[in-house]
Amino acid sequence: MNLTLRIWRQTGPETKGRMVTYQVEDISPDMSFLEMLDVLNERLTLAGEEPVAFDHDCREGICGMCGMMINGNAHGPQRGTTACQLHMRQFTDGDTIDIEPWRARAFPVVKDLVVNRNAFDQIIAGGGFVTVPTGSAPEAHAAPVAKADADAAFESAACIGCGACVAACPNGSGMLFAAAKVTQLSLLPQGQPERYTRVVGMVDAHDEAGFGGCTNAGECTVVCPKGIPLHTIGRLNRDYLAATAKNTARS
Amino acid sequence: MDLYTEGNPVTDTRAPDGPIEGRWDSRRFTAKLVNPANRRKLTVIVVGTGLAGGSAAATLAEQGYRVRSYCYQDSPRRAHSIAAQGGINAAKNYRNDGDSVHRLFYDTVKGGDFRSRESNVHRLAEVSVNIIDQCVAQGVPFAREYGGLLDTRSFGGAQVQRTFYARGQTGQQLLLGAYQALERQVGLGNVEMNTRHEMLELIVVDGRARGIVVRDLVTGEITTEFADAVVLASGGYGNVFYLSTNAKGCNVTATWRAHRQGAYFANPCYTQIHPTCIPVSGDHQSKLTLMSESLRNDGRVWVPKAEGDERDPREIPENERDYYLERIYPSFGNLVPRDIASRAAKNVCDEGRGVGPTRLGVYLDFADAIQRLGRTSIEAKYGNLFEMYERITGEDPYEVPMRIYPAVHYTMGGLWVDYDLQATIPGLFVIGEANFSDHGANRLGASALMQGLADGYFVLPNTIANYLAAGPFEKLEPSHPAAVEARRTVEERIHRLLSVDGDRTVDSFHRELGQIMWEHCGMERSAAGLRKAVDEIRALREEFWQRVRIVGDADGLNQSLEKAGRVADFFELAELMCIDALHREESCGGHFRAEHQSPDGEAQRDDERFAYVAAWEYGTEQPVLHKEDLTFEYVHPTQRSYK
Repeated sequence: MNLTLRIWRQTGPETKGRMVTYQVEDISPDMSFLEMLDVLNERLTLAGEEPVAFDHDCREGICGMCGMMINGNAHGPQRGTTACQLHMRQFTDGDTIDIEPWRARAFPVVKDLVVNRNAFDQIIAGGGFVTVPTGSAPEAHAAPVAKADADAAFESAACIGCGACVAACPNGSGMLFAAAKVTQLSLLPQGQPERYTRVVGMVDAHDEAGFGGCTNAGECTVVCPKGIPLHTIGRLNRDYLAATAKNTARS
Repeated sequence: MDLYTEGNPVTDTRAPDGPIEGRWDSRRFTAKLVNPANRRKLTVIVVGTGLAGGSAAATLAEQGYRVRSYCYQDSPRRAHSIAAQGGINAAKNYRNDGDSVHRLFYDTVKGGDFRSRESNVHRLAEVSVNIIDQCVAQGVPFAREYGGLLDTRSFGGAQVQRTFYARGQTGQQLLLGAYQALERQVGLGNVEMNTRHEMLELIVVDGRARGIVVRDLVTGEITTEFADAVVLASGGYGNVFYLSTNAKGCNVTATWRAHRQGAYFANPCYTQIHPTCIPVSGDHQSKLTLMSESLRNDGRVWVPKAEGDERDPREIPENERDYYLERIYPSFGNLVPRDIASRAAKNVCDEGRGVGPTRLGVYLDFADAIQRLGRTSIEAKYGNLFEMYERITGEDPYEVPMRIYPAVHYTMGGLWVDYDLQATIPGLFVIGEANFSDHGANRLGASALMQGLADGYFVLPNTIANYLAAGPFEKLEPSHPAAVEARRTVEERIHRLLSVDGDRTVDSFHRELGQIMWEHCGMERSAAGLRKAVDEIRALREEFWQRVRIVGDADGLNQSLEKAGRVADFFELAELMCIDALHREESCGGHFRAEHQSPDGEAQRDDERFAYVAAWEYGTEQPVLHKEDLTFEYVHPTQRSYK
């Protein structure tokens, strides 16, 4: 198939970007979206033009490194699919496809489609863990976990940290990302001792990193390639409220 | 042979003597310790943030050392351990089905086709149980039974159910556990995390590894970084084949640069070809996707009995199908180890019985399992894998049998390390897939995650203290001649790459190199093919340095430049792999030499001549072979039989 691509080109964080139009020919429907960009980049290189910079690594939908707005949708038109797992059979010969980077205050553009997502690491460093220095763990069967809780914890733990939720959010909020981790750990007995300090630490780090607030628009969960449910944010809010009440009572 | 010379054997592996059950205890007792107050005066560089590097960096920081961690990705959470699907082995014996530390040790030595070190493997089996405890305490959501206890399953080649798992995303969940422990230390200021940084050279001062040269991939800035010890946890080199299940960025540069500085590279030819991957669909293919081996628990592998049978698989009657694994290996059937399953698939395709558009594929059929257990049950077990298959191929595996074909997945070879995981350069430690230590010539399923975490959480943090106890070492400045020289090497190389200004892309060279390697150093190798490969690699490398084209400069993010540096190192590694494969005139594990097989096509080991680790020293003219003899006191070498 033949396609028209309109791609955001930006040479560096401080420079102005613009959309540039490219034509690609003979694209196989069996190619992944990123393989289609590979074809373009090979051609640009041979023509002496700089290839389009984009992040990617595992190309099997699990590392969370890839991500771009495709026709205005984070990761493109197919639900539950990262850009690397999106295949060209989802498009039609003659289509025009707009490709842009994630756009959010907390994710500044590095170059072309590449953005800086260090802000996500800061949220985890703010409390998204269980404090258990290596060697200090009790026997694994010391604390049984009801299967339903374990399954629900897994569902939230499936987050790949790609940032699609932030890119889709009208406020540029990272709340679904934070809530996924809060939910996973608050469902498990291992996460209880730090349950309330964790949620406060993570929300503080979230706000400091420049993410916007959550207004329950729900766009995040629609584009999430791993289907992290919106109700995780409800749990985060509940835990946050409880944590604040505890702090007030204590002081 | 004309391609290498032989040097002195390696005699000291630092493994303690005595009964194998007590060796690890004994080493921990004899190793020197570092007083907690002194640890903060010692700095350790850790390159790579996968299961091994992430867990090591977190643990060393918890112990009080100052840690500087580096990864090329934009976050430590993205390291390729994240993609491991199936599970992690541990000798917990929760199933009461006869498992024990000794059995895991035995299975791993046997599975490695008697080409690993007994002492190391026993230690791995011992600490396997601690790993599960640690990960559960971190909140890793392993699969559980209704009673709330951990579920386990059997996995490739094992007859006990010792594999713990988190659906098809075990690697992801374990890595996130380590990543969270690491980020906690980052938050506490004990780890300095450097993302989007690539190590391009090792700095050796007075014979000790003292630092690295790194390039900031965003600004292009090149700096020299110092420490009292350097840990490489930079993963495997499967991408030398271009197409593999590795992430696109996986590379050999960190370990290869260390090799060029004097670290021995062991058993580079031991490559694991995984039997269950989605077949190549065309020339555009940029990577291969694994379908977890756990699928072989319920799927049945077959091809048509007749050559060139192009019927829809559902229309081929039962008596015209060849369930070849069940036929050839009746006792293990579809669950034979990876090397055996892969070669069997290659054989039936070579006979012209392969399926799919390229004829390089076999069926993995779930029809029987769906009939027996119901679709819901299959969906619960493998739902995410089936979806992934459909997304990639456009075919529904609930209706049509999956097509699979072997693909490069893991490399058992790596930098040579002693029992302390220290390379031949003092102060350089190598952990996880980057070292060669525990899997011999073939790795068993669900053992990579075990080894990465064993090294990072439990082994290295104990053994590195013995080395660090002699520190802190002399403080170094970027003006130190060794640092200046290392930095100059890096800058010159980048300059040279950019100034070629040729007419071929980096990917086109990488793809061609991959084809040479797959053809001659893949599932089946022969002396003639390997010699041909060495010539072809040399010619292609020559051409690369004359014709490669990289657009842009080195002063910012330049992904073509990054790739070019990695491919340049792959060329050198590829040659060593072929020489290693050529010199090893036997078949063992993932290394199958066409000249060395039994009349019925099974691998023939030669313990008389080849029961050793081939540790290669870099030589400007030719590599130098150092042999480390392997002795087996506990597991008596036998010809592996899965019939």
